[in-house]
Amino acid sequence: MELKFSDEAERFRAEVRAFIAAELPPEIRASVAGDRMDLPSELQRRWMRILAERGWGASSWPREYGGAGWTDEQFYVFERELALMDAPRIASFGIQMLGPTLIEFGSEEQKQRFLPGTLNGEILWCQGYSEPNSGSDLASLRTRAVREGDFYVLNGSKIWTTDAHHADWMFGLFRTDSSGKKQEGISFMVLDMKSPGLTVRPIIMFEGTHEVNQVFFDNVRVPVAQRVGEEGKGWTIAKYLLGLERFGTAEVSRTLASIARLKRLVARIPAGEGMLIDDPDFSARIADAEMELRALELTELRFLFAPGGADALGAEASMLKIRGTEIQQTVFGLTLEALGLYGHSAGAETGDMPADVAAEIARGANASRVHFNFRKTSIYAGSNEIQKNIIAKAVLGLGR
Amino acid sequence: MNFAPTEEQVMFRDSVRRFVADEYPFDKRLKIVAEAPGYLPEHWKTFADLGWLSVPFAEEHGGLGGSPFDLMVLMEEFGRALLVSPYLSTVVVSGRLLQEAGGGTAFSLIAGIIAGDVQIASALAEAQGRYDLFDVATRADHRDGAWHISGRKIGVPFASSADRLIVSARTAGTRRDRSGITLFLVDSDAGGVTRHPYRTHDGGSAATVDFDHVAVGPDAILGERDSAWSSIEVASDIASAALTAEMTGAMWAAQEQTIEYAKTRKQFDQTLGHFQALQHRMVDMFMKCELARSMTIEATDGARLNDPTERTRRIAAARSLIGRYARHVGEEAVQIHGGVGVTMELPVGHYLKRVMAINATLGDPDYHRRRYVRLMRGEDNIAAVGRI
Repeated sequence: MELKFSDEAERFRAEVRAFIAAELPPEIRASVAGDRMDLPSELQRRWMRILAERGWGASSWPREYGGAGWTDEQFYVFERELALMDAPRIASFGIQMLGPTLIEFGSEEQKQRFLPGTLNGEILWCQGYSEPNSGSDLASLRTRAVREGDFYVLNGSKIWTTDAHHADWMFGLFRTDSSGKKQEGISFMVLDMKSPGLTVRPIIMFEGTHEVNQVFFDNVRVPVAQRVGEEGKGWTIAKYLLGLERFGTAEVSRTLASIARLKRLVARIPAGEGMLIDDPDFSARIADAEMELRALELTELRFLFAPGGADALGAEASMLKIRGTEIQQTVFGLTLEALGLYGHSAGAETGDMPADVAAEIARGANASRVHFNFRKTSIYAGSNEIQKNIIAKAVLGLGR
Repeated sequence: MNFAPTEEQVMFRDSVRRFVADEYPFDKRLKIVAEAPGYLPEHWKTFADLGWLSVPFAEEHGGLGGSPFDLMVLMEEFGRALLVSPYLSTVVVSGRLLQEAGGGTAFSLIAGIIAGDVQIASALAEAQGRYDLFDVATRADHRDGAWHISGRKIGVPFASSADRLIVSARTAGTRRDRSGITLFLVDSDAGGVTRHPYRTHDGGSAATVDFDHVAVGPDAILGERDSAWSSIEVASDIASAALTAEMTGAMWAAQEQTIEYAKTRKQFDQTLGHFQALQHRMVDMFMKCELARSMTIEATDGARLNDPTERTRRIAAARSLIGRYARHVGEEAVQIHGGVGVTMELPVGHYLKRVMAINATLGDPDYHRRRYVRLMRGEDNIAAVGRI
């Protein structure tokens, strides 16, 4: 047993730190340091360009497609340092999902056309999966793609589409056949968000952010050349994509950074005789979150660096998503509670107030927004209850 | 990063499993634990023959090298097997105290432990201090060239079958000082020593031990006078790390037996495993088992550290978290089994009893969380107070 990274990985860590310190623009850092996920898309593109120029734009892609060709250790270290230094998350739709999918299932022409722009942030992607009547039961999706010559004609609607309002392209699942089993007759396609007949309607979340949308397709024409893989085999690609999501969703590194922020915060917040960190109940709850995060971190490491390799891992990885989102939500709840009377702030009504008052109000508003915003994480990417169903069936063998 | 067990560790795991299959099946265990002190002397000899008693000791003392990871593997199997024995008390705690003390007497006792000839219980806890082992009111006074020990120790594991006792006594300072504590080696039937033994609900035994003007010579002192605290702290941390492994083994066994039961037991024409309310609860049990395994590795890795702050931080976190997880898994295992879960004849309830007994050994989950919080606040520098 060895609970340490190799010397090589530690040298790489120093290299990553130096790079981020030198190259991360302060306004991007400030935007990420507030724990928020909704980085403005221009800043996202800028950061992706910086990473791509260094050759670090897509760690998981092979070198021949502009990827970094890193080991698992290097990727883990890279992702940790991004989080601890308030650099943006790796763009999930383009870099972590669509890229590997095209590399695995796409034609040579599709790779040449989409991978370079995806790598450097010229193409931002969104994911067309969920539909109004297909949430956790994704395979029941009904948006139709009817073949007409060299085109598919799309009609229907996608919902909860994150970033559809600034994405350039969408990848998604569409029904090309409804005669057989629901998993059959689904095809995977990519399409231009400027296609005629496509409209995006914002859905405002309950804390006021605009991240998700409903997308309507009214006779949207998609060239057949933009289908990825065979017609009717989209479900295979969807399952492959779900497998790619197994390790990112725990967000261990991000939550480590959030707990560090929380501990700095409670050391400065007065509470009666001392500071909030002296409160035995509150500090015990922070300790619990920190210990539970450590348990999760080590579990993720055990899974990733298992003797048989991470690929040998089955549905156990679903627990990373469950625990990761639960702990993250706990930490943001504690951050909001720590602010006490300011914890109900949603933002100042006027700009006309002393700077220290404005700062307290803004801090409360950010904490409440983050707290409510992250309620989504236990719902999206397969709700935590769905993840438990998966573990019950695939790992424990129950209900067969 | 490497999580693969060594060949030696696999060998130890298999040797425990063979012993359990041949000598310690559950029905036989029930009969053995029915009689005080809860284990058979001939089994202790077998443990010596199998090399288990040498695992935590350094090679120069006849041990196996003292890797906490070897001990982890062994303890995890003990947890699975619900093995009752003075292993933790004699080998891990007393053995470590002897190793820390050093010197001819200590090393010959270690040889005796490894051979299976000597059992030594450590009498460290007192009622007023609960789990604070530095809270020592038992006094040792120096008179006429001898030390006279008086006081009461509680929760002394397997004291009734121990040949010797290691007792902590105050030789300087006041009750809760970390300095001024000295360890003494005492024959368990020496004049003035009275053992009040009782059975524990997990099948073992313990005792309240009274020391009434017990006279010992200066050679009974283990290690340096007045400065035993750091050794006690190390020994209890190492033992705590070992207990996390035992809990993890017990948790996995309880969880696996529950899953098996849920796959066979039918109600309303379906196996229990078909009911989603139960599925999700069993998934929660499974996740806690995985997390416990991770934190056991954390504690075991921490047990290798010389820096007492970092060592305590990791081990306290593991004991706090795993203690709560293990109780939850044990309670759920009993609940999902239904009526048979609360019967003597099924192992599942005995896992719950064992983890509850462990939670009352060397600090409960709340106690360990308080230790962790003190370090988190940075207000209690254990390195400074422990090494005076």
